[in-house]
Amino acid sequence: MSDATADPRFKRTAPKRPMKLSWSDERVRAIFWQVLVVGILVAIVWWLVTNTQRNLEIRRIATGWGFLQREAGLPIAEHMIDYSPTDNYLRALMVGVLNTLKVAIVGIILATILGTLIGIARLSKNWLVSKIAGIYVEVIRDLPLLLQLLFWYTILQGLPGPRQAINPIDGVFLSNRGLLLPWIQWEGAHTAALLAALVGFVLTWMYSDLMRAKQMEDGQPRRIWPIGILLIIGGPIAVWALLGAPFTPDVPALRGFNFRGGLVMSPEYFALLVGLVTYTSGFIAEIVRAGIQSVHSGQWEAAQALGLKPGVVLKQIVLPQALRVIVPPMTSQYLNITKNSSLAVAIGYQDIVSIANTTLNQTGQAIEGIAIIMAVYLSISLSISLFMNWYNSKIALVER
Amino acid sequence: MTFFGHTLKAGLRALAALTALAAAPAMAQAPTQATGTLDAIRARGTLICGVNTGLAGFAQPNSQGVWTGFDVEYCRALAVAIFNDASKVRYVPTTAQVRFTALQSGEVDVLFRNTTWTLSRDTSLGLDFPAINFYDGQGFMVKRSANVASARDLDGATICVQPGTTTEQNLADWARGARIRFTPVVIERLEDNIAAYLAGRCDAYTTDISGLAATRAAQSQPNDHVILPEVISKEPLGPLVRHGDQRFADLVRWVHFGLITAEEFEVTAANVVQLSTTDTRPDVQRLLGRTSELGQMLGVDNRWMVNIIRTTGNYGEIFTRHLTPIGLQRGPNALWSTPGGLQYAPPFR
Repeated sequence: MSDATADPRFKRTAPKRPMKLSWSDERVRAIFWQVLVVGILVAIVWWLVTNTQRNLEIRRIATGWGFLQREAGLPIAEHMIDYSPTDNYLRALMVGVLNTLKVAIVGIILATILGTLIGIARLSKNWLVSKIAGIYVEVIRDLPLLLQLLFWYTILQGLPGPRQAINPIDGVFLSNRGLLLPWIQWEGAHTAALLAALVGFVLTWMYSDLMRAKQMEDGQPRRIWPIGILLIIGGPIAVWALLGAPFTPDVPALRGFNFRGGLVMSPEYFALLVGLVTYTSGFIAEIVRAGIQSVHSGQWEAAQALGLKPGVVLKQIVLPQALRVIVPPMTSQYLNITKNSSLAVAIGYQDIVSIANTTLNQTGQAIEGIAIIMAVYLSISLSISLFMNWYNSKIALVER
Repeated sequence: MTFFGHTLKAGLRALAALTALAAAPAMAQAPTQATGTLDAIRARGTLICGVNTGLAGFAQPNSQGVWTGFDVEYCRALAVAIFNDASKVRYVPTTAQVRFTALQSGEVDVLFRNTTWTLSRDTSLGLDFPAINFYDGQGFMVKRSANVASARDLDGATICVQPGTTTEQNLADWARGARIRFTPVVIERLEDNIAAYLAGRCDAYTTDISGLAATRAAQSQPNDHVILPEVISKEPLGPLVRHGDQRFADLVRWVHFGLITAEEFEVTAANVVQLSTTDTRPDVQRLLGRTSELGQMLGVDNRWMVNIIRTTGNYGEIFTRHLTPIGLQRGPNALWSTPGGLQYAPPFR
């Protein structure tokens, strides 16, 4: 069809013009500028690298990565993997990376929950609720984060000492040494159960996808939760029982100066987490509010006209549409939490910056130290970006 | 809020150090080789001296904003040797973390900042220790109310320590040897570290005994704190210069030896001018530049020691003025002729 109506003149390609080595030829100009820009960039990088090398040599500053295998000798208070000062710098830095991840991941989850609640509260028809949410956002956003961190840390330092610890329930202690909770002695069976729960969660998710597809076919809603509970809770319990069901309670008790045993949340970690979560949730609240307000009021009215409850309208109609506006700026906030966690140095939480700083101070290898810090943040940030971009494309409006 | 400025400054300094290494032409930024630190200081008209961020007795600005202390006297003595003017010094406060980069990058000419001389620092930082001006050792301070008599009782304690120091590593070594378990609290800035100890976040605070004494003296109730008897390390503290500039290193070294020698011959701020013309002891005549040209050999005026001692006094006078008030004894820092003393200077000849 289209062939018959097309003007034959448009099918012809433009005549090939021989390239003239002249300034008037736009292709020559384009190539010239590109070569020039790339050439300048390469020259700058080359100059920086060789000049740094020469300067390091003149100053006899040690270089190379050999220091990673040397004994670190630095004590670290909080470590998720086994660590002692006799371990090498590589292990110390890994402890730092895990500490950064620990505060970033938990911070992102909590800030998202708190921020979403406050964002919704700010749109509430209840005057008091919306005003309180509004004041929270304005106050929290306007104060520098470092100031807030020091504020929380100072407050936590003001708690009573371990001997006068606040002891609301047996085994729970709150003092200037942190919050101590009863816990169990962790064994291999517990790790296995945790993995089983993770597998159960993924299976439940796949199952619900399958059931939704079936519902699309025959219109019959199916219950997912019985299978879900079986997979997420039953599975891990079975695994744990099969491995001998180990259970030894580990209750904190005051011995000498400090508490021994139990699960410890240090004041440093707590102050950093609370500071990051409250600060970032102020921004997230505004993003959520903007997202919800971007959904046309006609959508609300139409859904309400169908007799849906406000909660259902929000969950099923408004939020899915608002998410498309919310997710991209949310990525920036998640990156901010990760990067702001480096302020930990100020309050003595040993994250990657703190440990890498000490390492470069002890070895004198500043360039390697800064390179490690940059590589770590770049990897974490790129991972967050990639995940959020994937999620964003998944929830994007499917246009038909 | 002052903290924010401080962190920012510290960060900028680390970056500046990197940029200096990366971006500056090799020759212009390495005064150590081509022109020499001494010539660079003369051309600039001021000595830039890296000092502590605020440690009573060693380096601290007073209520008028004028830096005073043991380390500061050394900066002044060096400025007198070069310019015959103790005011031609700019003091740059440096944290434990940024001190080495500040010197490596050329931001300061010399560090007088209670820095421990160790083999790895001497060889891998591109820096040199010309002298030891204070023999120190690491100790612990606890609150009197904690009823601790010995460091051995610290098992299970939470201990405040500054990161990036030999103190941090000594603590780990000592705890391993003594089979003591402890939780470290590491906060970069000295003041915040001490504040954490005072607030009760830590049971003990550890650093060089001189630093403990300085901290204790600065409290409103010094007697509420006890320095435990154990000394767990050797901490020879001294100035630092960039590696490779022997001429400047020599000058820094002999300024220190001059102060020691002056004490040995009882040359003081009060009598130095008179002795420089009347003393008949050959050693004193050489020290004060009346005979031979020792100053010139170091590239400074021959009457350099007269000018220095007139301004700062000899080693003993500096010690008495700044360190005795914070409760420090001469101990190993007495002249070698005193039993237990280690301060010794090669002959001025």
